[in-house]
Amino acid sequence: MAFQNTGQHISHQFDEDLESTRNKVLNMGGLVEKQVENSLLALVNADSSLAEQVAMSDYQINSMEVAIDEECNHIIALRQPAASDLRLVMAIIKTITDLERVGDEAEKIGKYAIDLATEERNENYFAELRHLGEQVKRMLRDTLDAFARMDVASSYRTAASDKEVNREYDAITHKLINLMTKDPTTVERALRVMWCARALERIGDHAKNICEYVIFAVEGKDVRHTSFQQALAEFQSRS
Amino acid sequence: MDAPAISDQVFKSRTSKRLEDEEICMQCKKFSLYYGDKQALFDIDLKIPSRRVTAFIGPSGCGKSTLLRCMNRMNDLIDGIKLEGELTLNGQDVYHRSVNVTDLRRRVGMVFQKPNPFPKSVFENVAYGLRLQGVTNRREIEDRVEWSLKSAALWDEVGDRLQDNAFDLSGGQQQRLVIARAIAIQPEVLLLDEPASALDPISTLKIEELIFELKSQYTVVIVTHNMQQAARVSDYTAFLYLGKLIEFGATDKLFTNPTEKQTEDYITGRYG
Repeated sequence: MAFQNTGQHISHQFDEDLESTRNKVLNMGGLVEKQVENSLLALVNADSSLAEQVAMSDYQINSMEVAIDEECNHIIALRQPAASDLRLVMAIIKTITDLERVGDEAEKIGKYAIDLATEERNENYFAELRHLGEQVKRMLRDTLDAFARMDVASSYRTAASDKEVNREYDAITHKLINLMTKDPTTVERALRVMWCARALERIGDHAKNICEYVIFAVEGKDVRHTSFQQALAEFQSRS
Repeated sequence: MDAPAISDQVFKSRTSKRLEDEEICMQCKKFSLYYGDKQALFDIDLKIPSRRVTAFIGPSGCGKSTLLRCMNRMNDLIDGIKLEGELTLNGQDVYHRSVNVTDLRRRVGMVFQKPNPFPKSVFENVAYGLRLQGVTNRREIEDRVEWSLKSAALWDEVGDRLQDNAFDLSGGQQQRLVIARAIAIQPEVLLLDEPASALDPISTLKIEELIFELKSQYTVVIVTHNMQQAARVSDYTAFLYLGKLIEFGATDKLFTNPTEKQTEDYITGRYG
């Protein structure tokens, strides 16, 4: 059964600790979103200085992960949270791991963008990368919104949209394979584009994971590694 | 090559216990209790599984101790009490006219919050119940005392001080002595009313460890204000509030994903 954490704890300090940790996750999410956005801009605009900036900024995300992890450790040690509080803390610990990985993927895209900026460009593929990038950015934003509002319906919706991201990624892969088969001189460049697409696809996977943690935190239901369609259908039949 | 088969046990060991798979030792059916005009328990329906630890949690005055005391009829001594419904031990009504209360209390032992050893030696504390039962063989008594003290994880500490006065033991040791006294007569059920709340953390952990050991032979029912303790030691937990049973189920489910909002509020510290 789902509960919203609307009631206040008898301990105000506990409320404040949880709220402050949650806010830090949202800040970290904002930073990750910015990194993804900048890495995409750098990629499609062949902006190597922006790409470098992305690659150099990842440490901020890493240090936020460490700081939030430590806060969660404190909460568990000092408060021994139970039920929805426990699920929220567990969801936060897992969420920041996925956010940190999204940061790593953005860093990778930044590094590929540096290489690609100096090479001859095939705009056709960048258009498709841009499209995939827009999809992934939207998914990440919806995920962070769902986390902020602990919104189960939106989490289900957003997690389901990972399918489209995967489809788009498959299409790009297919095209790049065709290109490489026809013209082997494009292999090096095409592979870099492919790695970028791969990084974007991974970001979609991480966003989906976070959506699953939100569902777990609110509903107490672990939908990982289950038939997501079935879980979704069950949720829809209930609401 | 096929992947090695991983025992289901690996995955199932931590999953919730299921009440429907359990053998039931005690059961309340629509059980209500009144202190005079004031109703203290309301239509409690509850099954206490055999050889498991069941915890009662809830705020002060919710009826958990009252319910516990009904299980070996400690409430008989209070005037103006009225009962409705049924409370059974292995299918027999505990409050039936034919029940011998002394015999019932031998089968359903109780340990209280404050250790209450008799002002006698360690040995005599444990032997007392046996003598009452009519055991006279010195050898048999010695064996049972040793067995009880070992079962209560106390033998190593007091094995060479059996003739010392029980009051010379520490609080934690006294409480384990009282548990040894309770199990010496081999009851079926052990009722523990806040057994560790007057003890320091180390003694508390020893009592908790003991409870875990005891459940292989006894059905244990524990009332505790310490929710982490309930979570640690029990297999099933009942949450009572204002005399009503709000939720009863597997402890790991109740503490991670309770069904009722009131349970959620209580165990997360939102009750106020």
